[in-house]
Amino acid sequence: MSERATFPGKDLIGLESLDAAQICTILDTAEAFKEISERPIKKVPVLRGKTIVNLFFEASTRTRISFEFAEKRLSADTVNIGSTSSSVTKGETLVDTARNLEAMRIDMVVIRHGSSGAAQFLADRIPSNVVNAGDGRHEHPTQGLLDILTIRDHRGRIEGLKVCIIGDVLHSRVARSNIWGLTRLGARVGVCAPRTLLPVAVEELGVEVFDRIEDAMEWADVLNVLRLQFERMQGGFVPSVREYNRLFGVTRERIERTGRDLLILHPGPMNRGVEIDSDVADGPHAVILDQVTNGVAVRMAVLYLLAGGEPERAEAAKREN
Amino acid sequence: MGEAHRQLLMDERAAERALARMAREIVELNEGVNGLVIMGIQRRGVQLAQRIADEIERAEGVRPPAGSLDITLYRDDLTAIGPRPVLGETRMPSGGIDDQRVVIVDDVCYTGRTVRAALDELADFGRPSRIWLCVLVDRGGRELPIQPDVVGRHIAAGPGQRIDVLVPELDGRLAVELTTRDSGPS
Repeated sequence: MSERATFPGKDLIGLESLDAAQICTILDTAEAFKEISERPIKKVPVLRGKTIVNLFFEASTRTRISFEFAEKRLSADTVNIGSTSSSVTKGETLVDTARNLEAMRIDMVVIRHGSSGAAQFLADRIPSNVVNAGDGRHEHPTQGLLDILTIRDHRGRIEGLKVCIIGDVLHSRVARSNIWGLTRLGARVGVCAPRTLLPVAVEELGVEVFDRIEDAMEWADVLNVLRLQFERMQGGFVPSVREYNRLFGVTRERIERTGRDLLILHPGPMNRGVEIDSDVADGPHAVILDQVTNGVAVRMAVLYLLAGGEPERAEAAKREN
Repeated sequence: MGEAHRQLLMDERAAERALARMAREIVELNEGVNGLVIMGIQRRGVQLAQRIADEIERAEGVRPPAGSLDITLYRDDLTAIGPRPVLGETRMPSGGIDDQRVVIVDDVCYTGRTVRAALDELADFGRPSRIWLCVLVDRGGRELPIQPDVVGRHIAAGPGQRIDVLVPELDGRLAVELTTRDSGPS
């Protein structure tokens, strides 16, 4: 039966470990889930009785709320734990926090953490499903998926498209998830930033590198504009914010000069007037709010697919039918 | 696993005759076409619902509004059967279902659990004044107190047997088949 899920395993840690079929399974499922958010009663009972803990060790508004909407629209019970309001501030380790949650019989953990690898670390130690909602500079798989879904919605395909990620790739887990996911689906990915904001040997990820934004915009079909992550910068990455905007800002003039129908994404929160100008962010090329809408559908799809149980059991049950 | 024996239960003509009669029965139950809404259950119930709506239009000159229901997210056995990533479309008719007389159309009625899920899902979209159940094949074996109001054909099938309704849109032809698995020595 072709209806068998090709995703999931137990967890979603990153897009690096998924193949094209698995990514497409999530995207197609998300496509179907979009409609639920348009219903008069925006809720289906599919995760009734499941308990999901949102464990956010870093500040987040959009992602946390998006996950929470997704969980509630699937009828799961949710608990939110932030680092400031928990025993983490009293010195508890990540594993102890998780084990205590396990002892209260939870089913899934959505984790946001400042350290790369935190999600995998947790997934290896608890039996619950773990969804990575961003770990350090490693990955932010649901953001990557919602970016890809938004591009697919507007362009009808991913394969063969040229997507350029502009800005702070060095500190960006969103960039990594985009690079893995997009290249798996056959897109070509470019990055454009001051060299100080690119990882060493970034070319080895299979991306094209542009030093001038004009060249990047001439090359690309889609721009994914990243936020300058001031909170992760200990200074010295860019001479000044104004200079960054002058050299790397996505401005209306630059878009008009290309004369092309570029698609503009931004994972938010935006620094208007820094990496993206207001008239671009609010302009006809931007699909930034579509990304937010798609985020809920993508997260519903991921939670649904992970919660559904192991494929082997599903196969066994089908044979009995 | 043993061999599977397939047997044709209804050919195209037989299925068409049954659907035409079912359409007439629906109109008779509803005493006309006023307020009638036909909702097909994904997947093959949707095509059957379209055929029934066609028949009603042919006989009455008015086409009742039709919609579709995917009940996957309302099932009670997600963990057992695993997630179905390909969800079908759930679409209400433009006038909604409040105070309408809704006919749920499915291909086969077996345990009744699909219908239970469909009733739950419909309740999230509105409050029909009446709901009927219409199936092409009733194979018995109910696990819930649910009975169809309009039936194409009653076929007593055992647990080792499967009934497949084939529709032209998905399977290339209209037919009903019974598959019996020879479960080997037991």
